[in-house]
Amino acid sequence: MPDKMRLTREQIAQRAALELPDSAYVNLGWGIPNLIADHLPKNVEVYFHSENGILGMGPRAKPGEEDYDLVDAMKMPVTLIPGASFFHQADAHLMTRGGHIDVAVLGGFQVSEKGDLANWKIPGAKGSGGIGGAMDIAAGAKKLIVCMEHITREGAPKIVRQCTYPLTGLACVDIIVTDLAVIDVKPEGLMLREVAPGWSIEELQKLTGAPLMSLGRAPEMKFP
Amino acid sequence: MRHKIFSSLDAAVADIRDGARIMFGGFGGAGFPNNLIQALALKGTKDITAISNNCGTHDGELGLLFKNAQIAHVIASFPGPHSTYFQEQLAAKKVTLELVPQGILCERMRAAAAGLQGFYTTVGVGTEIAVGKEERVIEGKRCILEMPIHADYALIKGERADELGNLTYRLAARNFNPIMAMAATTTIVEVDEIVPVGSIKPEHVVTPAIFVHRVVQAKGMRYAG
Repeated sequence: MPDKMRLTREQIAQRAALELPDSAYVNLGWGIPNLIADHLPKNVEVYFHSENGILGMGPRAKPGEEDYDLVDAMKMPVTLIPGASFFHQADAHLMTRGGHIDVAVLGGFQVSEKGDLANWKIPGAKGSGGIGGAMDIAAGAKKLIVCMEHITREGAPKIVRQCTYPLTGLACVDIIVTDLAVIDVKPEGLMLREVAPGWSIEELQKLTGAPLMSLGRAPEMKFP
Repeated sequence: MRHKIFSSLDAAVADIRDGARIMFGGFGGAGFPNNLIQALALKGTKDITAISNNCGTHDGELGLLFKNAQIAHVIASFPGPHSTYFQEQLAAKKVTLELVPQGILCERMRAAAAGLQGFYTTVGVGTEIAVGKEERVIEGKRCILEMPIHADYALIKGERADELGNLTYRLAARNFNPIMAMAATTTIVEVDEIVPVGSIKPEHVVTPAIFVHRVVQAKGMRYAG
């Protein structure tokens, strides 16, 4: 058995990037999802949607070339690709909520076996918390991928039977990509598709708070 | 021609009384009416209900009005990690907050603009956003009823206005500004440049002049940063 491996945040992003079909309109959330833009497979071209009103967002602006009227939702100066467009905030979320975005990738605190997502507030955390576009995106993306670590720093499963953190949306997650596994959320439950190198299905089940189905074996996670 | 051009920021906000409901444009550091906000700080209007995506960055943007304790209630989507004065006032119960999903914030303002008395949405169903809201099933989907958000004023930022009040915006500084312009009773815009009528091609106008009541050129003025 090879050493048990946990994917880095970059490797989780690399693995999630393989789920993006060519020519897709894609929205990336904060955290690990935001790293995906730097890890697209060479043969895949996608169009990034930014919820502050950009379609066709390009890479981060180079030092010295920043324009602070051209930023992403995280305030980072970005660039445009040819064919990009601007629109106001209502249209930006008409796209997320109305089923026009092909794939959205969000971070997560918890995902339930039914695909419920909690990703905007940790109970007991200081301050107001903030929802931003997460609830609109969760409600409307054609396909929703969640990227997160498989367990919390304290070792608690983040994939659970029922979310205990404040919810972002019900039954909205399609695919979970963690440092240990790729899991599809199916109507009948969670289907383990791939595991990180060195891990058995049984070991993974112990770190998961809801039952995992599998086809008897699960191939190793692919990442470039 | 209806006179909409104001010669000073102070004059543009001079009648905003205590207790006013005010929308503030801007997102991600872009498109904030920072000069109008500073004029409002100087005027000292109190008990404001603020409708805004964020709650400021330290004492920048809306932060200045929280620092001055001018805001009593805020309707926002993402107060933000650096909204320090807002967070202090929230913890001290000096300000109250209604958190709204970002796209729903837009649509509630747009409903007000469009003369619609609310709408049903799947966004927020089963979350704390849905607490106390009417729920029903439409086309097989659980939905909640969301109500319009009206305002007395919108303070917004444009790039260019003509003398009628037709507006364009620069790059992604557009964000909430055109929606708020449509939703408020009185829309006050600060722009970089005021140009003669006819200088903006009709097909390039983003916010038609009907939604704009006061225009002030802020670039190069006292508060401009």
